[in-house]
Amino acid sequence: MDLTGALQIAASELTLAVGAMVLLMLGAFMGEKSARLISILSVGLLIGASAVAATSPLGVAFDGAFVSDRLAVFAKVAIFLCSAVAIVLADGWMHRQRIARFELPILIVLASVGMAMMASSGDLISLYVGIELHSLALYVLAAFHRDDLKASEAGLKYFVLGALSSGLLLYGASLVYGFTGSMRFDDIAAVASADPGPGLIFGLVFLICGLAFKVSAAPFHMWTPDVYEGAPTPVVALFATAPKLAAMVLIARALDQGFGGIHDQWAQVLVLISLISFAVGAFGGLVQRDLQRLLAYSSIANIGYALLGLTAGTTAGVQAMLMFMTLYVIDQFGFFAILLSLSRGGRPIRRIADLAGLKKDRPLTAIALTVLSLSVLGMPPFSGFWGKYYVFGAAADAGYWQVAAAGLVASVVAAFYYLRIIKLMWFDPAPEGVEATDRAPIEAKTVALASAAFAFPLVIVGLTWLEPLTRIAATGYGAG
Amino acid sequence: MVVTLAHYLAVAAMLFTIGVFGIFVNRKNVIIILMSVELILLAVNINFVAFSTHLNEVSGQIMAMFVLTVAAAEAAVGLAILVTFFRNRGDIAVDDASVMKG
Repeated sequence: MDLTGALQIAASELTLAVGAMVLLMLGAFMGEKSARLISILSVGLLIGASAVAATSPLGVAFDGAFVSDRLAVFAKVAIFLCSAVAIVLADGWMHRQRIARFELPILIVLASVGMAMMASSGDLISLYVGIELHSLALYVLAAFHRDDLKASEAGLKYFVLGALSSGLLLYGASLVYGFTGSMRFDDIAAVASADPGPGLIFGLVFLICGLAFKVSAAPFHMWTPDVYEGAPTPVVALFATAPKLAAMVLIARALDQGFGGIHDQWAQVLVLISLISFAVGAFGGLVQRDLQRLLAYSSIANIGYALLGLTAGTTAGVQAMLMFMTLYVIDQFGFFAILLSLSRGGRPIRRIADLAGLKKDRPLTAIALTVLSLSVLGMPPFSGFWGKYYVFGAAADAGYWQVAAAGLVASVVAAFYYLRIIKLMWFDPAPEGVEATDRAPIEAKTVALASAAFAFPLVIVGLTWLEPLTRIAATGYGAG
Repeated sequence: MVVTLAHYLAVAAMLFTIGVFGIFVNRKNVIIILMSVELILLAVNINFVAFSTHLNEVSGQIMAMFVLTVAAAEAAVGLAILVTFFRNRGDIAVDDASVMKG
């Protein structure tokens, strides 16, 4: 393939990368007051890039290193839109905190380049480069509130454990390369199904461990609660959504495309990781007092469900994972937007106990939080139920019904902490002498209500287009 | 003695293990963690280059170049985060990174 064709296939990443550099120049020349403008332009750039991703030609470029198939396109559009919403939330937040800086939206755009690269990586080199491109931007974002001790500690912990996970992943990649003689997933697949030696399996396990770190699946979840607690709330909203989606798509692609022939080997590892994630997420969440820490444990459990979908190793499994992740990221944005919109006397509400009696003060927010909690808990007919329905269905069809049953038990346990939030808001009186909540910032309120509205009534309509879209994405996989 | 692929792999595995232990066992200084990360990445590079020569296939060496570049970028970002942490905390002992439990 000639260079022009290859560049067209990678057009959305190029748009973002060049756009980010232009914005960086703009920010550097205009100074700190340009933060709002750069945010608006970044959102525009991301929406433009998702349009480019949806319309650019499919195919394989750069000697197989870059694959743009329907799975990649689906993931990229979702990732860019998630990043755009995160920028909207982050812009309002940083202006209220008086730390408005133009670097924040640009870092999110740069992270999106990496995530898009992850979604369309076709060999181990682009896999690694994609992961590092997004990780390096996310490390900085975690420590963005640089005068805040908790934020810099979160950034440090995320960096150290992220670097370690990259090391594990790379070591695995080097063994896979050495024992198959190629970096490309399709060549690896050919060797892996013909002759899966112990060295290859060893490398594969390292590779899965490194990727599990990135999606914060237990037992590689140590960084998650601390980063969720310490990092700025809008940044955590990004962490909980786009990178997880990108990494899940990457896992799907690497395992199904690169190691499809030895599904039995990696399915065991994924089953183990899902089971531990269920347990850690469900039981770890029970004792939390901080809302963002609670959401961290909730995300660990939910990543377990998404991995369960992949365990099936079928098209239906990949489709279930995409459905689950899409519905899940919408819920997550709702949660974090609510956290951003709740404050008393300028101080954000962070403890779960502070939600007591919220119904009097903020009935609309209380309804939104109730809907979102019921959704993540998996109560029909809310959106979270449908995600789990597809995941459990795909896993059971592939013969993993015991694991699916364990997942059901875990979601019953996890129901406790979601129901406690609901009970506090609706049935407990607000403590004496507590001041009223502040006016909610408009953008956080809009995002919160929109995602709550999606979690219940709109999801019924949403499913009718999401279902065929994810099916097309999951089947048009690897093909040009 | 002929130095074979297995020797390279053994050295890389040892360096990798030292690096991983350096991250987990060390309770003193975050700089040591950064050094351990570099050790891990360089161990991986030895693996890649050894395999690449053994297989007579160039992509492993290309990967090694990427790893070197990323390692430099990672060290820059890591040190920058460490500086902000030091400004807030006044110390870079690993045990001090414990405002949040865990």
